[in-house]
Formats: sequence, C-alpha cells, structure tokens
Amino acid sequence: MEPLHEKKLKQLEEKANRVRELVIQTLLEAGSGHSAGPLGMADIVTALYFHVLNHNPKKPQWAERDRLVFSNGHICPVQYAAMALAGYFPIEELKTLRTINSRLQGHPHRSSLPGIETTSGPLGSGLSQSIGMALAAKLDKKKSRIYCIMSDGEQQEGNTWEAVMFAGKNRISNLTAIMDRNNIQIDGFTESVMPLEPLRAKYQSFGWHVLEVDGHNIEDFVDAVYEASAIYERPTLIVAHTIPGKGVSFMERDYLWHGKPPNKEEGVKALKELRTLGARIKSEHE
Amino acid sequence: MINESAKLNKRVFDGDVEEKPIRDGYGDGLCIAGEANPNVVVLCADLKESTRCEAFAGKYPERFFEMGVAEQNMATVAAGLGVSGKIPYISSYATFSPGRNWEQIRTTISYNDANVKIAGHHAGISVGPDGATHQAVEDIATMRVMANMKVIVPCDAIEARKATVAAAKLWGPVYLRFAREKTPIVTTDKTPFVPGRAIVLWESKKPVVTIVACGTLVYQALIAARMLEEEKIGCIVLNHHTVKPLDELALSDAAKRTGAFVTAEEHQIAGGLGSAVAEYLAASYPIPQEFIGMRNTFGESGKPKDLFEKYGMNAHHIRDAAKRVIERKK
Repeated sequence: MEPLHEKKLKQLEEKANRVRELVIQTLLEAGSGHSAGPLGMADIVTALYFHVLNHNPKKPQWAERDRLVFSNGHICPVQYAAMALAGYFPIEELKTLRTINSRLQGHPHRSSLPGIETTSGPLGSGLSQSIGMALAAKLDKKKSRIYCIMSDGEQQEGNTWEAVMFAGKNRISNLTAIMDRNNIQIDGFTESVMPLEPLRAKYQSFGWHVLEVDGHNIEDFVDAVYEASAIYERPTLIVAHTIPGKGVSFMERDYLWHGKPPNKEEGVKALKELRTLGARIKSEHE
Repeated sequence: MINESAKLNKRVFDGDVEEKPIRDGYGDGLCIAGEANPNVVVLCADLKESTRCEAFAGKYPERFFEMGVAEQNMATVAAGLGVSGKIPYISSYATFSPGRNWEQIRTTISYNDANVKIAGHHAGISVGPDGATHQAVEDIATMRVMANMKVIVPCDAIEARKATVAAAKLWGPVYLRFAREKTPIVTTDKTPFVPGRAIVLWESKKPVVTIVACGTLVYQALIAARMLEEEKIGCIVLNHHTVKPLDELALSDAAKRTGAFVTAEEHQIAGGLGSAVAEYLAASYPIPQEFIGMRNTFGESGKPKDLFEKYGMNAHHIRDAAKRVIERKK
C-alpha cells in the first residue's frame, strides 16, 4: 500500500462520488434493492478498491491478491459500482443488476462474477468465511490480507460471535473486519431493535484490536487500515461510523431507505445532488 | 447368492462376523486423504474423539482446527477455506451438522460451490441410548435437496474409509453420513467403490424383487436376501451408497429385471434414499415399491437392536416388505 498523498486523496473522494452516482443509476434501473447502505459505504469501498487492496481486476483469480468479503451482501450495488470502475467488468453491465441472466445477482454470487470472493447475503456468515480465507493464506504462507465488511445489524447473529471468538483465540492477524456502524436496520434503529453497544468492549474482550473512524474520512480510514496491518497477533475491527444514505440529503439517516430503491423522480433528484457535490470536490481539488 | 465380483467379506453371514463402528473408517480415511493431499484440512466441533478426528489431528496438527461447540462457524470457516484451495472436512453429529448449520451449508458451501466435505456422524436410530435429539433421521433429505451437493452413505467401516478418501478427489460439496454403532463388516478392501455407482451384492438366478439399501441396512438387506432364498424367492441386493447422484443405470436395469423394489435406510421415508429412487422410477419405469425407514416419527433411547425391531428395520422386516411388494405385482 503506497502512502496516501493529498492528490490521491482528492482522486479517491471524486471516485467515491462517482461510485455513488453509479449506485443510484444502477438502483434506478433495477427497480429494487438497498439504497442507504451502499451510499453510506461508498467512501470506504472506494478506498479499498482504489488504494488499499493488492489486486488485479484483469486477473481476478491471482493467487497473491488480498480478499475483500462483503458479509452484508445486500450492499452489493456499491461493490459492483466500484468493481466496474476498477475494470473488473464494463460499466455498462451495471444496468443488468437483478435482471435475468445477469452476472450481477441481487446478492453477490461467487460463481457468477469473477472478483466476487464468496457468496453472501444471509447475514452473519461473512466473518467466518473471511477467517477461512485467512487460515488458508497462513497455511500457504501467503502475504494476502483479508478484509471483511460487515453491517452493524448482523452483530445480532450468533454466527458472528462464534467467528469473533474463534478469530480471537487463533490470533488471526491477517484479518481486518470493517463494521458499517450506521445504526439502522430494516425494522429501525439498532439500539431499539436489539441493542449492540458497547461494541468496542465486546470485541476487545474477545481479544480483538478495535479502532473507530469516521467512515466518510478516507484519510482516517486508510490510517486505520495501516495500523491494523501492523498489529501483532490479533485481528482488528475498524468500527466505521457512517451516515446511511450519505450524499443524498433526503436519504441520509432515514432507516426507511435501508431496503428500497429511489423512484425515477427521486433518482433524478439524487443524481443532481451528487453531481453538485462532485463538482464541489473537483473545484476544491483544482 | 453373493455376487462374487463384489468381493464381500467371506464371513458376512457368520454369527460372529467382525463388527466395527462405521465412523472408524472416517478416521482412517482422513489420514489417507491428508497424506495424499496437503490441502486436506479437518475441522471439528468439540467431538474430536467421537468423530474420529484424533489420528489426523495428531499427525497434522497445523491442518486441524478445533472449532469448539460452534457448528455454524465451522461450516462457514470451511466455506472460506474451500474457496481458497483447501479441502476441508467438517465433523460433528449429523443433528448439529448439517442440522443446525443447514442455511450456512446451503448458502456458503452448496450455492457457493465451495470444496467442503461434511461428515455427519451418529446418523440414524442406531445411535441408541442418547435418544432422538442425537439420532439424525432427516439429514439425507435436507442435504439431497441442495443443488451441487452429493450424498454418500457407507455401509461399513471399510466403505466409510473409501468414501472419505474418494470425497477429497470429488470436486465440490459432499455429504458423508456415518452411523455410530459397531456394524458388521460387509465389504473388503477389494470391493469396488466408485462414487455414484451402486454395487450388486447379491443376485439370485431368477430375481423377482430388488432390495436397494444404504448404510447400516445393507447388512440387514443381505440377511433378508438369504431368508428369501430359503423360501425360494430370488432377489437382487443393491448397495446404493451414493444417494446423490443416483445410479440410474443400475436402478433401471434392476427395475426391468425384477419389477418390484424395496428400499431400506435408517432415515425418514420422506425424502431419503427410497424417495430418491421413487422419484426416478416414477418418471422412467414405474413399478411397485415398499419402503423401510422411519414413518413420520422420531426415535427414542434404547439398545440399537431393540430400536431396529421396534421401528421395523431388521432383516425380517425387509423380507416381509419384499413379499408384500411381490404380491403387488399381480
């Protein structure tokens, strides 16, 4: 991972905005899918695909690559958008999301699309699968790092805590988990549906190193990733505080946008906002 | 009479035929597979001795993972290993794995086409005293319905060893089902074993009924065949160890030759081997069929032999079913 210069940072911010536009366009086309999560994670996913990950979009099976697992498969529109921008497949193909014969399944499917590391959607199983990949990398003496994006809602799954316990016991240090702490889930706010806090203390008590960042501050996030890779013999959790629906004012912080796409009118409005934002990032940069 | 080319244990009909727990074959098979391929890894959910993972764990400690009592994590960690070039075997009792972790197996192993082998131990009512909570009688059904999944039910410790070794070479998800109790040794090292290919164990000169069995009931089927022979009723006994994919050639051949089937398994009649065979025959060559298996009931505590008697899984039950199905041909 190269150091993050000011110029690169601005490029990443622009790219994240472009990813958000693609997310809205993709959801508009698909007519179903989740809005809030993908927008909220656009900055982090962009930072991962365009700065952090050691990968090659032209050789998705390259054995030495880092792995990125989306345990919360429902935010895949942001993964697809970033992958398309990175060159895994043509941007044009984003239009096929959720339609018949598409490689872009409603929830990511490994055998359908090269570059998808594992199949996900049902919550609570991505961290365990990432652990499996991390164990395999260790057995094969590979330097690959495994990144696992999780939602906060899936911290309610028992499977997640089985994984947390195992990773702590086995000191899986080539694993970095990133939690999208946006405080919402389908039925409302996490702390009223099923309280999760204190998350930091819970993970620490299982032997994890825990960092917290503003999930929209790419620089802070990248710093946290650096720190995680330097932690000796412990897995790291980065709690990324994000604003669900980030970048589209009428979607921000509203849990009703968790599981639905914009209609045409809302989509046009969202794209207009994102383009204004994009222009502003660009002008700051220039 | 015994099919010579099956090269069965010559002492199979002796009263004191050697018995061994089927799961022992799993332990032996893991060591052989592990030696042949360094990518073989074994995961176990706090049942190392009982599921016979100990020898492998001792030989290859770096490739053995103790998961604790966490079957969901075991299945999903295995999925991650399986998509990363490893060949994980996950080991627990069948009621827990593939019972408790069914959805994890469906999504992350089967749909994901991850190269994971699922070993379900203590399957069937012959688990005995532990009772119905630990007697898996639904697992063939719940594994068989998954796309991509293969299902193998060995009849003795020797076949279990061969199946375990073969699973490593069979790409993709495989379910291996093992019984707990000591089971008579039916086969020998020389008995052919090819996944997906049923073996004719017994063939009379003029067979009028076919007994298709898997797992512990293969031995009972052979005893039943001999009982039928004493009554001058000819039959074929098929050891149908691979429940999925079915050996359609062997089944249609036996169906055409005998025109009547009895299927026998230590499992619910709904969804098991018998159902799989009926699905195939109904669409290709419909003939009368009788089912030996659990009839919409759970098992209970007891000695295995008493349970077999109460739930109708002994040789004489198979013999009677054969006579019934022959009657139905008329």
